[in-house]
Amino acid sequence: MSEEDEDQAAPPKRPRASPSPPPDQVLDNVLETVLQFLAAPRDRGAASLVCRSWHRAESATRVTVAVRNILAASPARAARRFPNAHHILLKGRPRFADFNLLPPGWAGSAFRPWAAAFASAAFPALRSLSLKRITVTDADLDLLARSLPASFRELSLLLCDGFSSRGLASIASHCRGLRVLDVVDCEMNEEEDDEVSDWVAAFPGGHTHLESLSFECFTPQVPFAALEALVARSPRLHRLGVNQHVSLGQLRRLMALTPRLTHLGTGSFRPGDGVEDQGLDFGQILTAFTSAGRPNTLVSLSGFRDLAPEYLPAIAVVSANLTSLDLSYAPVTPDQILPFIGQCCSLETLWVLDSVRDEGLEAVAMYCKKLQVLRVLPLDALEDAEELVSEVGLTAISEGCRGLRSILYFCQRMTNAAVITMSQNCPELKVFRLCIMGRHQPDHVTGEPMDEGFGAIVRNCSKLTRLSTSGRLTDRAFEYIGKYGKSLRTLSVAFAGDSDLALQHILQGCSKLEKLEIRDCPFGDAGLLSGMHHFYHMRFVWMSGCNLTLQGCKEVARQLPRMVVELINSQPENQRPDGVDILYMYRSLEGPREDVPPFVKIL
Amino acid sequence: MAGADVDVGTELRLGLPGGGAEAAKAAKRGYEDTIDLKLTLPTGGVQKDSGKPEPAAEKAAADPEKPPAPKAQAVGWPPVRSYRRNAMTVQSVKIKKEEEAEKEQPAATAGGNGSAFVKVSMDGAPYLRKVDLKMYNTYKDLSIALQKMFSTFSATGNEGKMVEAVNGSDVVTTYEDKDGDWMLVGDVPWEMFVASCKRLRIMKSSEAIGLAPRAKDKYKNKS
Repeated sequence: MSEEDEDQAAPPKRPRASPSPPPDQVLDNVLETVLQFLAAPRDRGAASLVCRSWHRAESATRVTVAVRNILAASPARAARRFPNAHHILLKGRPRFADFNLLPPGWAGSAFRPWAAAFASAAFPALRSLSLKRITVTDADLDLLARSLPASFRELSLLLCDGFSSRGLASIASHCRGLRVLDVVDCEMNEEEDDEVSDWVAAFPGGHTHLESLSFECFTPQVPFAALEALVARSPRLHRLGVNQHVSLGQLRRLMALTPRLTHLGTGSFRPGDGVEDQGLDFGQILTAFTSAGRPNTLVSLSGFRDLAPEYLPAIAVVSANLTSLDLSYAPVTPDQILPFIGQCCSLETLWVLDSVRDEGLEAVAMYCKKLQVLRVLPLDALEDAEELVSEVGLTAISEGCRGLRSILYFCQRMTNAAVITMSQNCPELKVFRLCIMGRHQPDHVTGEPMDEGFGAIVRNCSKLTRLSTSGRLTDRAFEYIGKYGKSLRTLSVAFAGDSDLALQHILQGCSKLEKLEIRDCPFGDAGLLSGMHHFYHMRFVWMSGCNLTLQGCKEVARQLPRMVVELINSQPENQRPDGVDILYMYRSLEGPREDVPPFVKIL
Repeated sequence: MAGADVDVGTELRLGLPGGGAEAAKAAKRGYEDTIDLKLTLPTGGVQKDSGKPEPAAEKAAADPEKPPAPKAQAVGWPPVRSYRRNAMTVQSVKIKKEEEAEKEQPAATAGGNGSAFVKVSMDGAPYLRKVDLKMYNTYKDLSIALQKMFSTFSATGNEGKMVEAVNGSDVVTTYEDKDGDWMLVGDVPWEMFVASCKRLRIMKSSEAIGLAPRAKDKYKNKS
C-alpha cells in the first residue's frame, strides 16, 4: 500500500541530477523482484488489479500462465500481456464432454492459433505446455515439435484427443532436451497395426534428458526392445507410466534400469507370453520392489490395468512410503487389499474401485490416517448394478480419515445420516462429490430426499470449494447450498430440484461461484435470469436437458455482451423449435468464435 | 454354406421389419462392414455412445421377442468417462467368470471344468488340428496360438506370407456354432464364443463375403 502512495507522489517531488535510474524504474524493478515471489494465481490476479504499474510489473513477471478456457483469450493477447511465460496451461472442452454430452467436433480447431503462436515464438521463454481437454492434431504436434524454442522441456496432454502415434513421434524426434512427456487419459486416434509409429524409438540416440514419461492410455503395443533401450539411456528418469501391454516380466526389466523411480505406472501387472516373462515368479517381483532402495524412494503407484491378483502383495514392501496409490483399473476385492493396506500409513491419495466393498474401505479407514484424497469408482457404472459400497463405507472413512480433503464416492444408495456424519468428522473437506448412481434415489433408510445430508456438508465444511450432488433433492437442498455455500466455486447438479427456485438459490446465494454444471433439472428461464448479476464473475455455465427457451438465452446474450452464449444441439432430429438442448456460456475477451460447427448456434 | 437352402419366406427372423433385401444375401440379417479381428467387447448394459437418450424400453417394443429391457439408462450417467467404462466392462466380465468358476469348483485350474477341444481347419492345409479353447482367455491368445500352429503350412507355396496371413487381412477366422451356422470370430464376448464354438475354420477373405452376420443379437434373444 505504501508503494502505491509513493508511486502516485513520486515524479514531481524528486528532481535529482544523479545518473541513477529514474525513480519509476527503480520502483518497477523493486516491484518485479517482490512479485516474483508471488506464486498463487489468485494472488497474482489480485496484484495486477492494484494499479497500472503493478499490472505492468505483474505481467512482466508472470511465469505461469493459465488460460482456463481456451476460447476466452487469444494467443496474441496472452503473448502481449505475458511475454515471459515459462509454463502455459490451456483448458478446452467443458467437463461434461467427458460423459458424451457434447457432440464431437465442438471446437476442433481451437488449438490451431495457439500452435501457430508457439511456432512463431510468441512466447520465447516457453518451457512447458499443459493441455487439458483440447483437440490437438498430429499436424499441431509436428508444428510444435519443429518450432518450439530450445528451452522447451515439458509437454503434458491430459484428456486430449485428435492425435496419434505420429504426433508423438514428431515430439520425440524433434524436441531435444525434452524432460517430460506425459500423455494421460487421452483418446488417441485409432490406427491400423502397421500404421502405428514407433515413437519410442524416435527419441534421438545417446542419453536423453527424460525425467518423466507416461503413456498409460496409449492403446497400441509399444515395441518392448525400443522401450527398454530408451529407459536404459535415460538416467534421470524417475517417473515412468507404461501402458497395459507391458507385462510384469517386462516391467521388472524396466525397473532394473530405473533405480531412482519415484512414480511408477505398472502397466498390466500380469505375466505375459514373452521372453521376459519366462519363469517369472513372485519372488522376482518382490525383489524388483525391494531393490535399489525403492521402499524409501517410491511414492506413487498406478496402472494395474489387468491385475494378476497373486502378485499384488509384492507392493507391501513399498507401502509404508507410498503417498499415492491408484488401483482404479484393478477390481481388487477386500481379501486382496488387506495384505498391504495395513502398511500404507503414509497414503494421502487413494483411488479404488468399489470392488473393495465396505470392508475394504473400513480397512482403509483404520490404517490410512493421513488420507486426504479418496476416489471410489464403480466397477459397473450402471444404475441398477450390484451394490458394493454403501453408507457403511462412507461412514467408516469419515471416522478414520479425519483429515480428508477431497472425496469422490460412487454408490447405488446412500443415507442422510452418513453424509451428515462425514460433514461433522471431516471439517477439512474442500471437495465433496457424491454420486448416487440411481437417479432421484432418496435416503434408502428414511425414504426422505438427500437434502439434509448435502445441507450439512455445506453448513459444516466451511472450506468447501467443489460440490457434486446426486440423489433425490428438493429445492430445500439448494436453499441450503445458497445459504451456506459461500466458498463454493464449482457446483455440479444432475437430476435434482423441483423448480426455478433451486437455481435462484444457487445463483443468488453462492457469491464465489465460478463454474456451474447442470444437467436434466426442471430449471427454466426465470431461474437462469436470476443470475444475471453474477455471470460475469463466472468462468462458465452449462445447462443441458433443462427447460430453457430461446427467448431466455437471447435475453442473457443481450444483457451480457461479453458472454459468449452457445446453444448446442446434440439431437438435431428431436429438437423442439423453441427449446434449448444445451446452453454453454462463458465470458470471453475475443467475442464469438468463428469456427462454429453446424450444431452450435452462438447468440 | 448353411442357410443357402432355407426358404426365405419361412425363415424366423428377429430383426427390424423391412429388411427384405438383406435376406437375399443368404444371411439372416444384414451385417456390418467391419470384418475386423480387432476385438472390442460390447459395453455393459444398453449404454450407447451416440448421444441419444433413447430409452431401452423403445428398443424392446420394436422387438417383442426380446426379454423385458433393463431400466432405461441416460446418456452420460453415471458420470464415468467412456474409456474407463469400457476398460471396466472387460474387467467385470472377467470377474464374473472367475467367480463362477470358483463357485463350481474351488480347486479348478484356470481353465475351468473340462476342456473344449475343437477342430481347426485351414484352407489349403493338408491336415486339421485341434485346440482346447479353455486354454485361452481372450481372442488375442487364441489367434496367437493359431498363428503358431499353422505357421508351418503354406497354401500358396509362399511360407512367409502365410505366417502373417493368419493374423492379417488375407484370411478370416470363422467358427461353426451350435446351430451349424458359420460365424465370424470376434463378435461375441469370449465366454459366449467358447460355449458355442464347435469347430474353427481359417478361410481366405475372398470367400468370406456373405458370411452370417453379427451373433450378438441372436445370443441376446436366447438368454
